[in-house]
Amino acid sequence: MNAPLKTPLPLAAPTRKAPRLVLPGVAALTSLLKAVVPPLLGILLFIGVWALIATKSEGLPGPVSTWAAALELFANPFYDNGPNDMGIGWNILHSLGRVGIGFGLAALVGIPLGFAIGRFAFLAGMLSPIISLLRPVSPLAWLPIGLLVFEAAGPASIWVIFISSIWPIILNTAAGVASVPQDYLNVARVLKLSEFKVLTRILFPAVLPHLMTGIRLAIGVAWLVIVAAEMLTGGTGLGFWVWDEWNNLNVEHILIAIIIVGLVGLALEQLLLLLAKRFDYAS
Amino acid sequence: MDKFVELTQVGKHFDTKKGRFQALTDVNLSIAKGEFVTLIGHSGCGKSTVLNLIAGLLEASEGGLICNGREIDGPGPERGVVFQNHSLLPWMTCYGNVYLAVEKVFAGKESKAQLKERTEAALDMVGLSHATYKHPNEISGGMKQRVGIARALAMQPKVLLMDEPFGALDALTRAHLQDELLRIVGETHSTVVMVTHDVDEAVLLSDRIVMMTNGPAATVGDIVKVELARPRDRLTLANDPHYHAYRTAVLEFLYQRQQRPAA
Repeated sequence: MNAPLKTPLPLAAPTRKAPRLVLPGVAALTSLLKAVVPPLLGILLFIGVWALIATKSEGLPGPVSTWAAALELFANPFYDNGPNDMGIGWNILHSLGRVGIGFGLAALVGIPLGFAIGRFAFLAGMLSPIISLLRPVSPLAWLPIGLLVFEAAGPASIWVIFISSIWPIILNTAAGVASVPQDYLNVARVLKLSEFKVLTRILFPAVLPHLMTGIRLAIGVAWLVIVAAEMLTGGTGLGFWVWDEWNNLNVEHILIAIIIVGLVGLALEQLLLLLAKRFDYAS
Repeated sequence: MDKFVELTQVGKHFDTKKGRFQALTDVNLSIAKGEFVTLIGHSGCGKSTVLNLIAGLLEASEGGLICNGREIDGPGPERGVVFQNHSLLPWMTCYGNVYLAVEKVFAGKESKAQLKERTEAALDMVGLSHATYKHPNEISGGMKQRVGIARALAMQPKVLLMDEPFGALDALTRAHLQDELLRIVGETHSTVVMVTHDVDEAVLLSDRIVMMTNGPAATVGDIVKVELARPRDRLTLANDPHYHAYRTAVLEFLYQRQQRPAA
């Protein structure tokens, strides 16, 4: 909406009086402090509460011992002592890999399906009862079906990711296609653009912001579900690792896993938000 | 008179939840080649519907529409439309928006360089060479509307259809764009059908002003032929008694004969 404004550089006005030169630096510093201090304080408070609870509790390790365990863990993240004993790095990568494949397949199926549903009312009428029925089902309920069909843990957890991330992709794409402004379609009609050009020049760019929302939601759900799915299937991955460390009663590692899951999820979200910003067109 | 666009006994109804709504009945109108015709009337009188029927964006319920000897059957690039809200595609630059139209009409017949030349010439004609590679969100409302006009003109349409093209602009920008439009139409000898609710705009630009009765079942109430010499200049016209006579005629129609129903 706004034309990109140039932020005034601190040294942009050398003719001004001396005190004016100092001000922008001070302003930048205070705005930095305002941005950094509250979250920092929140984190410190959180760690404080955690430490307090840990001293009163039998089994819960405190921040200090967890930090020590984390340092040890990340000293060698990529060792490999067979399928049930791998470094934390491998476990993260395995989980991410499954999410990537499951989500990728969901995008491959969901995006075209979403476009078709948004463009053709008949298809929407046909598929909407099925989607409405299947969408509220917990993704883990699909795990036995996956195990039955694929007869292996890896593909079964990918299947669960696929089924859980396909709904937001389909629904957001379809909603995006249905809400493309009539003005844009009128332009296409007046120009008599071919269906292919309508798709590539008008529908796809117009739907992209909605599509990005769908993708963001899908990745979020996929990352939530993968930990649970791996707990049930075993083998490798963060979920399996959490369960394994529970069996070893290594609670420090479970806490570390929780923080890692949070951090990776946060990173994925921020990455996609950054990507979405590039495709957000204001008219 | 050469009948370039012809509407015969045209009617249009919409099927709504409350039943059938008859928007237009018995609209008869013929427009000559190179003529500038404005449609004026109170809001809701169906003037935009008439334009959309000529554009082919709507289908007539009754009667027939002919453009250049052929029945109007859906929209097409030979009838360029300038939309009320510019309707530029925000993900393309001004160049991209105009090029999309140029490419559609001339791609088979001309080289890439010629297409580029046409696009640049169209932007130059509306005075926007400097904004060629800007996106619509980086330019003002008046500039967007000019890109819309450039896009429509670049297709070299047989008829230029404009739906309240300056309605959303401030008075000074509107006056400026009206002058630009007068100049461009003078250069290109385009046939123009324009919807407006601005009496001064109608008298300044038109060869004929088609005044619509109030809906429902609106139709052509009266037609004023504006015989002011071209090129027209708004300052000279301000002191021209003929100009004021035409203006009064339109105002009388709108505010005495077709007094707006109490809103």
